[in-house]
Amino acid sequence: MRSPAPAFAVSLNEATIEAARAALGPALEDARERVFEVQLFVRRDQVVEALRALRDTPGLEYQQLMEIAGVDWPERPERFEVVYCLLSLTRNHRVQVHVSTDEATPVPSVTGLWPVAGWLEREVYDLFGVLFDGNQDLRRILTDYGFRGHPLRKDFPLTGYHEVRYSEAEKRVVYQPVQLAQEFRNFEFLSPWEGAAYTLPGDEKAAVPQAKGAMTPASADQIAKAGVAQSPATPPAGTDGRYAAGRTPPGKDDHPGNRPEEKPVDPDVVPTKGQGQNQ
Amino acid sequence: MSLETDTRPAHAPAPATDAMDPYVEELLGQTSPTDPTTGDVTITNYTINFGPQHPAAHGVLRLVMELDGELVERIDPHVGLLHRGTEKFIEAKTYLQSIPYFDRLDYCSPMCMEHTFVLAIEKLLDLEVPLRAQYLRVFFAELTRIKNHMLNLGSHVMDVGAMTPNLWLFELREDCMMFYERASGARMHANYFRPGGVHQDVPLKLLADIGDWLDTRLPKLFEDAISLVADNRIFKQRNVDIATVSREDAIAWGFSGPMIRAAGLPWDLRKSQPYDVYDRMEFDVPVGTRGDCYDRFMVRVEEVRQSARIMKQCLREMPEGPIASLDRKVVPPKRGEMKRSMEALIHHFKLYTEGFHVPAGEVYVATESPKGEFGVYLVADGTNKPYRCKIRPTAFSHLQAMDFMSRGHMLADTTAILGAMDIVFGECDR
Repeated sequence: MRSPAPAFAVSLNEATIEAARAALGPALEDARERVFEVQLFVRRDQVVEALRALRDTPGLEYQQLMEIAGVDWPERPERFEVVYCLLSLTRNHRVQVHVSTDEATPVPSVTGLWPVAGWLEREVYDLFGVLFDGNQDLRRILTDYGFRGHPLRKDFPLTGYHEVRYSEAEKRVVYQPVQLAQEFRNFEFLSPWEGAAYTLPGDEKAAVPQAKGAMTPASADQIAKAGVAQSPATPPAGTDGRYAAGRTPPGKDDHPGNRPEEKPVDPDVVPTKGQGQNQ
Repeated sequence: MSLETDTRPAHAPAPATDAMDPYVEELLGQTSPTDPTTGDVTITNYTINFGPQHPAAHGVLRLVMELDGELVERIDPHVGLLHRGTEKFIEAKTYLQSIPYFDRLDYCSPMCMEHTFVLAIEKLLDLEVPLRAQYLRVFFAELTRIKNHMLNLGSHVMDVGAMTPNLWLFELREDCMMFYERASGARMHANYFRPGGVHQDVPLKLLADIGDWLDTRLPKLFEDAISLVADNRIFKQRNVDIATVSREDAIAWGFSGPMIRAAGLPWDLRKSQPYDVYDRMEFDVPVGTRGDCYDRFMVRVEEVRQSARIMKQCLREMPEGPIASLDRKVVPPKRGEMKRSMEALIHHFKLYTEGFHVPAGEVYVATESPKGEFGVYLVADGTNKPYRCKIRPTAFSHLQAMDFMSRGHMLADTTAILGAMDIVFGECDR
C-alpha cells in the first residue's frame, strides 16, 4: 500500500479469509481481498449466525460493529447490498461483510448481537427501504416526519419531490412540489467512444494506467497490486499481529518528490531577461 | 415541629398512632369530604420534549423523555432534523467537489472530516503523498482536535453551570480559526486537504506563530480554564459517577474515540492504525478508569496536551518539499506553471471540469476524528464521481446509547451526559 491510508494489520488478510472459511462454512458464499481489505460475501438467511461466528470465534474476534452501509445497484437481480463493517480491537483488523437483498426480502436483524445495530439498520431502512427482520424499532430516522420514499435509491431524484418553505400568507411552514428555476444539470463525462474494448495485441500491458487518476478499466485492486509489484521495497504495513508495525520511514531525502533533482524549481518566478514579468 | 402540638385541622380524622406525622393521612389521599383537596400522590410518568430548540441540546436534537418525577425512565432521541442529504449530493459531484461537504459535516472539526475522505480516495488511487504534505495534514488535524475540544470542553462546563472557562476556551478556539484562515483562507470550512496532499503550502510565519502560540498562549489560557473546573467540587458533583459505561457496553454500543478511552480501553486509531505520519509521532493515549462523564472530560483535556505535543514535533521535523503529489492527473498544477505550459493548462481545465477518475473498488477508511472513529465507506465505479459514499458519523452510536446511559439519572444530568458525548448534528444527521 503506497497511499498513507490507515494501516491496520493487512498481513492478517489471508489468515482471516482462511479462518472465516472454516468458521462460517456454507454461510460464506465468497471471500476475497480487494484493495488490502477483506470482503466476505454471506448468505442473507444466515447473516446472524455468520456475524456471531465472526464475533465469537477465537482467531476472528470482531468485537465491534462500526457501520452498516447500504448500496443500491439497480441492475443487479437483488439490487441492494448491505455492508457490515466490523472491527477487531484485539487483532487490529477490519473486515467487510456483504449481504444482498431486494425491496421485499428482509435481512435478519443483528440487534441481538450488537445493540448499536438498531439505529444503523433504521438508517439503511430509511434511506434505501431495506427491511430488517427482528428489529423492534424500524422507524425512519434521518428523513422528515411523514417523509415518503427512500432517498438514496438511485432512481430517487437528487432534487426530491417536495420542498418546504415558510409561507408568509399562511404564517406556517408549507410543503409543495419542487419547482426548479433551472433544470437540473448533470454533465456526463463518459464518452460512448470509450465504451467498446478494441483490444489489440500488447494492449493488456496498458491496462494499468501510467498516471493515477486517468480513466481506466482496471479496478482499484489491480492498480494497488501493480503498485506493490512495482515497488516491492515498501513492506505492507502491519506485520505484527497485535499492532500494526509502523511503516519504515524512508529517509528525509529519498522520499519521492523530495529528492533534490525532483524538487520543482520555483514555479512561480522564472526570470526572463528583458522580456518582462512571467505573470 | 413537635409531636405534642396538634396542628391538624379540626375535621381531620384521629391519627392511628400518635407518632404519625399529622399530614400523613392527607398525603395518602385520605381527605375529608368537607375539604376537597385532591391529595393525589400517584404521580403518573410524563413525557417532555428536550429540544430541538434548546441551548444544551448542542444543535437540533430532540429528546423525547419519559420522566418519573425528575428521574429519567426512557429517552427516545429524534435525530435527522439537520439532514441535508450529503451522501446523495456527493454521488452527483466529482471527488474534488465533494470535499467541501465534509467540512460541513462536523463543523467543529472540519479538517479531520476532510482527512478521512482524502485518505479513502488515495487508498483507491494507490496514490503516494509527499512527506511534507503528510506532516502538514497531521499538523492541521491536531490543530483541529484542539479546536474541537475547546468548544466541547467549554460547552460541557457551561452545560453544568460554569461560565468563565467557556469564555477563555472560546478565545483559544478563535485563535485556531485565525490559523485556519491564514492557512486556507476560510475560518471554518477550510477545504484544505486534497487528494494527494494539501491545497497550498503554509507561510513560514504561520508555522512560527503557531509554535509561539503552542508555547505561550495555549498552555496559559487552557490550564487556567481547566484549573477552575478539574478539581471543582460542584463540577465533580455534576459529573463523577454520572452515566458510567463499562468496557463491555462501550464495545457493544460501537463507542470510539474519547468515549471508549474513558471506559478504560486504550484504543486510538492514530496509534493502532496509523495514517499519514502518525507512526512517527510520539504521544500518549489517555484512558479513564471509571467510564463516567468526568473521565470523558479529563480524557479530552489530556488529549489537548498530547495534540500540542504532536504539533510541536511536526514543527521540529517537517521537511521541505512539495505539498502535494506531482501526479498531474490528480493534483492540478500551480498557477505559475499554467502560464508557461500548455499541458499544465489542459490538466487544470480537465481536473476542474471532469475531475480525476477513481478506479472501481470499495474501501472503508476510518480515522481518529476528535469525536471518535469517523469513517467513509467509499464505492468507486471507475468514473469521476463516487458511486456511493457512506459516512460513518461518530455521533450515531454514541447518541443511540443515550437511552441506557441516562436511565435512572436525574433530568439535569442529561445535559452533562450529552455534553460529555460531544455531539455535533451536522455530522450526526449528514
